[in-house]
Amino acid sequence: MALTENDLRRLARLARIRIEDDETGPLLAQMGGILGLIDQLQAVDTRGVEPLSHALELQQRLRQDTVTEIDRRAQFQAVAPQVEAGLYLVPKVIE
Amino acid sequence: MEWEVVIGLETHAQLATHSKIFSGASTAFGAAPNAQACAVDLALPGVLPVLNRAAVEHAIRFGLAVGGEVAARSVFARKNYFYPDLPKGYQISQFEIPVVSGGRIFIERDGVETAIRLTRAHLEEDAGKSLHEDFHGLSGIDLNRAGTPLLEIVSEPDMRSAAEAVAYARILHRLVTWIGICDGNMQEGSFRCDANVSVRPKGQQAFGTRCEIKNLNSFRFMEKAIEYEIQRQIEWIESGGTVVQETRLYDPDRDETRPMRSKEDAQDYRYFPDPDLLPLCIDTPWIDRVRESLPELPEAMRGRFVTDFGLSPYDAGVLTASYDLAQYFLALMADVAGEAKLCANWVSGELAAALHRDGLEVRQSRISPAQLGGLLRRIQDGTVSGKMAKEIFDALWNDGGDADTIIASKGLQQISDVSALEKIVEELMAAHPDQVAEYRSGKEKVFGFFVGRAMKASGGRANPAQLNAILKARLAG
Repeated sequence: MALTENDLRRLARLARIRIEDDETGPLLAQMGGILGLIDQLQAVDTRGVEPLSHALELQQRLRQDTVTEIDRRAQFQAVAPQVEAGLYLVPKVIE
Repeated sequence: MEWEVVIGLETHAQLATHSKIFSGASTAFGAAPNAQACAVDLALPGVLPVLNRAAVEHAIRFGLAVGGEVAARSVFARKNYFYPDLPKGYQISQFEIPVVSGGRIFIERDGVETAIRLTRAHLEEDAGKSLHEDFHGLSGIDLNRAGTPLLEIVSEPDMRSAAEAVAYARILHRLVTWIGICDGNMQEGSFRCDANVSVRPKGQQAFGTRCEIKNLNSFRFMEKAIEYEIQRQIEWIESGGTVVQETRLYDPDRDETRPMRSKEDAQDYRYFPDPDLLPLCIDTPWIDRVRESLPELPEAMRGRFVTDFGLSPYDAGVLTASYDLAQYFLALMADVAGEAKLCANWVSGELAAALHRDGLEVRQSRISPAQLGGLLRRIQDGTVSGKMAKEIFDALWNDGGDADTIIASKGLQQISDVSALEKIVEELMAAHPDQVAEYRSGKEKVFGFFVGRAMKASGGRANPAQLNAILKARLAG
C-alpha cells in the first residue's frame, strides 16, 4: 500500500505534528518501509490464530473501588502555565 | 412521499462507583474544580491506569440484565483526539471487543411490546469539562469528571419514531437505576443520550444518511430534538437537498438542531489496543456471582404483581416505574397483609401526588411504608372512611406521627356503631317528616338529603355503607 503526501499530511494533522516541506520526502520513504513490513505480516495465514491485543500473556489486575487519592490541586497547579479559580486555563478552543 | 424514520441511540450511563475507572480519585459530584483530579486523571508523565473492579462488575450486571453476552475477554483501546479536557490526547474506551455484546430492551407503547436490540455496551472513561466564559479569552478546564467510569450502551437502529426513542430511553433509565449501576441523575449528566436519526422512503431497504444529535439530557428535549431533526431532514430532501452526515446539537431555547463541528476533517480516531492495559478477563464464577446478586428485574416483578397480587397490568406498570417505588409498595404490602389493590391505589394515588407536589423522590417520602400501613389498616377494619383517611394522610405527611394517634386526637373514628347511627337517623326522620313522606311517595332523590344531613350530624364520621343500609331500612318504613 503506497502512502501519498496527502495521507502523510493528514496523519500529521491528526497527530498535531508539524512537518516541514523538505521532510515529506524522507518521511514518506521511512513510513513506506514500515508499511512494507506490515504487508509482510499481513501475508501470513492467521486463520485459527486468536488476535493478540497485548505482548504480555497476562490479564488485567483490578483494584478495589475505594478512594485513595487526596486533593493535591495546589501542587499540580503550581507547575501549570496558567490557572484561575481552580481551573487550568488554555487557549480558547471554540469559535 | 411517505417517509420512514430510523433512530438508534447511544447512551452514556455514569457508573455508580466511589472512585474513577482507572484511578483512586473520588467521583463525587459537585467538588471544587480539579480537587478530584489526580496525577492519573491529569495524565502526568509516568502514571499508569489500574482498572476499577466495581466498574467491571456494573458492566456485567448490565449485560446479564439485558440478556447480552458478557465477554470472557475484552480489550481496552485508545480513541485518539485532541481537546483540552482530554489530557492524555486519547480516551480509554473499548473498540473491537466490548465487555457486553447483544441483548434486548423491551418497550411498550399502546399495549404493544417491541424489542429493541442492543449492539453492545462498553466501558470507557469520561472527559473533563471546558468552561468557555469569563477567562479573558481563555478556556477554563475542570478535570474532576475526567476518568469517571461510563458504560456506553449502543442500540441497533430499531426505533421508528421520536416517541419510541424516548420510550426506549426511559426503559433503559429505569433498568440502570433498578440494578443499581447508575444514579440516573440527568441534570448532573449521569445519563445522557446521543440520537442517530435518518429518514428513508417507506419501503426502501437501505438506510438514509444519518445525523447524530449529541448530549440529550432530558426525555422532553430528546423527543423535541428528534422531532425537529426528522422534519428538517424530510423538508431538506423534499426541497432537493442531500443530508450530510454530521454531528448536531439541540438548542432547547430555539427548539432546533444545529451543526456542531464541520466535517471537513472527518473524525478519525485511529483506535488501537491500549498497551497500558492488559485484556480484561471475566470468568464464569464471577458472572454467576453477579447473576445471583441481581434483583428481580422490573418486567418480572410487574408480571408477578399481576399474577400474584391480582393487580391490573396498568397498576403493576405504575408501581414498577422505579425500583424505589416498587420497594415501597412491597414494604407496604408486607405491612398490610393482602389488599393489593388498596395498597396500589394509595401508592400510585395519594403518595405519588404528594411526592410530585413537593418535588420529592420516593426515598425522600415524608411517610414511610409503616406509617402508611398503619393508616391503611384502619381503612381495612372500618375505623376510618376513605375520605377521612385522606385527611389523616395529609396530617401524617405534614406533621409525622402515626395514624392511630391522629385518629384519636382528632376524633376521626368512623361511627360504625349501629345503635349510634340508628339514633342519628331516627332524630333526622323526626325532624323532617315532610321529606320522609316525599320519599315514601316515590321521590327517591330525597335519599341524598338524608345522607347529607346524617353525615353532617355525625361530623362526617358515619360509616357510609352502614348509614346507607340503616337509612334505606328506616325510610322504607
